[in-house]
Amino acid sequence: MDDFLLRALLGGLGVALVAGPFGSFVVWRRLAYFGDTLAHSALLGVALGFLLHINLTLGIFLICQMLAILLFVSQYQRQLASDTLLGIFSHGALSLGLVALAFMDNVRIDLVSYLFGDILAIGYSDLFWIYGAGGVALLGLIWIWKPLLSITIHEDLARVEGIPVDRINWLFLGLIALIVAIMMKVVGMLLVTALLIIPAATARRFANTPESMALIAMLIGGVSVVLGLLGSFQYDTPSGPTIVVAGCILFIGSILLPKRH
Amino acid sequence: MLTSKKQDTSQPLLTLTSVNLTISGRSLLESVDLELHRGEIVTVVGPNGAGKTTLLRVALGLQKPTSGAVTIASNITIGYVPQKLHIDPTFPITVRRFLALAKAHNKHSFESLLKDVGAEHVIDSPLQNLSGGELQRVLMARALMRDPDILVLDEPVQGVDVHGQVELYDLISRVRTERGCAILMVSHDLHLVMASTDRVFCLNKHICCSGTPEVVVNDPAYTALFGPYAARHLAIYVHDKEHQHDHDHNHECCGDGEHNHNG
Repeated sequence: MDDFLLRALLGGLGVALVAGPFGSFVVWRRLAYFGDTLAHSALLGVALGFLLHINLTLGIFLICQMLAILLFVSQYQRQLASDTLLGIFSHGALSLGLVALAFMDNVRIDLVSYLFGDILAIGYSDLFWIYGAGGVALLGLIWIWKPLLSITIHEDLARVEGIPVDRINWLFLGLIALIVAIMMKVVGMLLVTALLIIPAATARRFANTPESMALIAMLIGGVSVVLGLLGSFQYDTPSGPTIVVAGCILFIGSILLPKRH
Repeated sequence: MLTSKKQDTSQPLLTLTSVNLTISGRSLLESVDLELHRGEIVTVVGPNGAGKTTLLRVALGLQKPTSGAVTIASNITIGYVPQKLHIDPTFPITVRRFLALAKAHNKHSFESLLKDVGAEHVIDSPLQNLSGGELQRVLMARALMRDPDILVLDEPVQGVDVHGQVELYDLISRVRTERGCAILMVSHDLHLVMASTDRVFCLNKHICCSGTPEVVVNDPAYTALFGPYAARHLAIYVHDKEHQHDHDHNHECCGDGEHNHNG
């Protein structure tokens, strides 16, 4: 197998493994739009990366973190509905990122690869980011797993039972910002949420515990990546969208399957 | 009084002292005073929008009052029974797992715990599939796992049929008797709750009147809040509570209509 294909496969699988459990929480807690908003700020992160001469993934991560903090703080205001607020941040950040990059005369980026990912261009440093940051994110999620489940069921009940709800929500959103930054490379900023929620939604049919849903979502995400890469290679289609199409086909298949019980 | 930790009933477990709450210029609670002692059932009644749930949130420490004080006796545990859970249908969780998530090292098995509240048949059901009454029982089981000194219930019989309401109030009374914990609940239902509570606080942002159910229903402030018909009707109910169930049923039907009229 060609070296770049192997890297693409490893990178895609790494991202799918991280996306499974996080995607499950995104689905349970209805945070899809939140994930989208973070992802849309990625171009701003790229601009920041060029500006500060730092690794672009690090730039994306920093901007995502800042936006996550901003969103967390602004949820306490009562003037605007949360989806309105997310919409403003989401499209504001996307547009600001494009404008900021346009101002940088010496920077020429391949916009399409940022929007839809460029899995075949994954290098060794990207793999390092995916497995390093992804591993940290997964360990963090395992650490807060049980209290996070309680918060997902009823936030006030968790609070009364002594769970530090705000601290755990902070941490969770910070971890989401981290994985959004590493998922960018594989499916691009417009499709990050797809890779989070489609495998998780597909796994729902086969799961009877939160843990089994997270594990099955990892598996389904991995299969989507493999099928998407093969399809992309076979039909010469863009890799990120092909992975998402593969995920959608698995999802539709899971709906059509007769229920076991 | 099997598992109660302390028997001192003279000191209140929970005290609200001239609590005021204003959120974005809107006054939700006005100089509310309330005391809760060990072993008593206190019910807060009031029309929709009276601030009942807000009062519970303040008492639970979930909402800071704008002014006034919430004092909780030291070393006590509070069990909270929310009215509903808003769980996404995609979240795969059974009753058993829900109980296992509670931070409690309880000697009793989940089976015996659920049996105690009359919900042992739902132990392996998804949480989302429970009826209103079943969910209340499961939530109560989870709260009781923590061996609470105070049990706080938010509209426990909302959306439960009349027969189920009587059963739930019986269960709440039994929890009080067997465990000796204090119970604080809110309700906008006026009839059944009056028969199973020691003290009633009538809330409409401020406490209009309070006392035993008999005292409250004869209070002019109560009549002003719920209307003379509801008050008179309630008096009949309290008077007749020794009677047969089908009588209660008739009262309840009339009462519901009247309540909607006023609410």
